[in-house]
Amino acid sequence: MYTQYKYWRPYYSPFDPCPPMKIKSYSTPPQLYMGFQPYGLAQYQTPKEALFSGTLWPQLFSPYPNPHKRGSEENE
Amino acid sequence: MWYYEKKLQYPVKVRDCNPMLAKFLIEQYGGADGELAAALRYLNQRYTIPDKVVGLLNDIGTEEFAHLEMIATMVYKLTKDATAEQMKEAGLGAHYADHDKALFYHNAAGAPFTATYIQAKGDPIADLYEDIAAEEKARATYQWIINLSDDPELNDSLKFLREREVVHSQRFREAVEILKDDRDQKRVF
Repeated sequence: MYTQYKYWRPYYSPFDPCPPMKIKSYSTPPQLYMGFQPYGLAQYQTPKEALFSGTLWPQLFSPYPNPHKRGSEENE
Repeated sequence: MWYYEKKLQYPVKVRDCNPMLAKFLIEQYGGADGELAAALRYLNQRYTIPDKVVGLLNDIGTEEFAHLEMIATMVYKLTKDATAEQMKEAGLGAHYADHDKALFYHNAAGAPFTATYIQAKGDPIADLYEDIAAEEKARATYQWIINLSDDPELNDSLKFLREREVVHSQRFREAVEILKDDRDQKRVF
């Protein structure tokens, strides 16, 4: 399994004018990893879920904003 | 900063005085998929991309300027001793009226270079895919120019430049793989 968000620690200088954001993140959504979509890929249980998600397949769903982001993350 | 080596990355030999070929080649000088656009695009993306791939953008962006210099040399050699009449016959009458033999950043159809040729989305995946697309478009442009050219010595340099596009595309694809990789990730679940 892969993660949909990656994190990195940019360089910051003691002379930077703004307080540093010590951790930054970027999105790596599922289509980067799937290649050809497999036949018979599992679908959402209900049409309503699929409609809310914008896709029939949970494996293609890319949540945004990052649901796992913690409040303090940007300034750890 | 940069250090400069006073030589071309690969030799440029031009057999014939051929201003019409210069008109086509200028596409790689000031066109949307040209070397100037490539250099500016990559060097500009360095600041906001994850640090693992900054060095790659720096090196490739720098090499694009070396390519720009080769293209400039080709265009210059193809036109430098052409008469005004020859320039006109080659479709460069309008260029001559405005610039004499000076090079200018515009494409083969004369449209001036514009910053809108360059994207900077800030999303590392989007930016690297743009870079891969740019390399493939530049490779295709070299192919079409080689098809239009009957100068074997010039074509030798163009084939070198086309091959560099292939290698750069491969490196950008590797950069995407690096950014996709889950290793060293802080797990936040």
